[in-house]
Amino acid sequence: MNQFQPSIARTSGSALATNKLIRNTYTLLSLTLLFSALMAGVSMVLHVGFTANLLAFGGSIILMWFVLPRTANSTAGIGVVFAITGLLGFGLGPVLNYYLAMQNGSQTIMTALGGTGVIFLGLSGYALTTRKDFSFLGGMLFVGILVVLVALIANMFLNIPAMSLGLSAVIIVLMSGFILFDTSRIVNGGETNYILATVSLYLSIYNIFIHLLNILSARD
Amino acid sequence: MDNMWMKIAYAVILGMMVIFLFPRAKQMLKHSPKASSENWRSLIFPILFVVLFVLFLMQLV
Repeated sequence: MNQFQPSIARTSGSALATNKLIRNTYTLLSLTLLFSALMAGVSMVLHVGFTANLLAFGGSIILMWFVLPRTANSTAGIGVVFAITGLLGFGLGPVLNYYLAMQNGSQTIMTALGGTGVIFLGLSGYALTTRKDFSFLGGMLFVGILVVLVALIANMFLNIPAMSLGLSAVIIVLMSGFILFDTSRIVNGGETNYILATVSLYLSIYNIFIHLLNILSARD
Repeated sequence: MDNMWMKIAYAVILGMMVIFLFPRAKQMLKHSPKASSENWRSLIFPILFVVLFVLFLMQLV
């Protein structure tokens, strides 16, 4: 009997740690999404221009690359996460005002919002319940992101609408892959820091929303 | 002109992201486990769901 108890204790311990990580990640993700939405609302009411979007985007990148790695293992990291998501949400304001000005703008935004929610919950739920290992996706997803970034830079100057829609479609698929990859890492022990896990999932949701807006507004 | 400066600024930020992500992508490609046919089968279903769902949403708007 005794020889089985240590392994049962170890299994229970790691399951408890995984459950705690999942709970902390999704709690922080919910709070940051709400905060981000609040900041987007503030930005919309203030009618800030696209310069705010640029500055907010740049600021959040700086925080993610230089500040978050240093603070992810302390409580200061929670503040940094809220700063990142708040900035990204604030930068979303002018984008949402732009789409609202279109015909059926509010319907487009609400459809994109609902669609993003369904996609995230569906994919996350699939990865959590099946506990499948999607770690094989890591290399492909990062290479895909690099290719897409280069294509985005090119299209900024080429301004080809069909390429913009194509890139948005590819980004949605890539971000869906990232949701599976990140959730699988949380479940299978590849990621043990709930702050970093939250930022990864938030970025996937944010990008899906932005590019779903682009695709859905194309009809207008 | 302002629009061109904004595009250049976005391009610079995205370019910096490429530079920062490149070593990570190389490391991930090197160390990611190889996928089996079962892995691909488990991936196709959710991705197909996403594609079909987005097509459905396009019909709604």
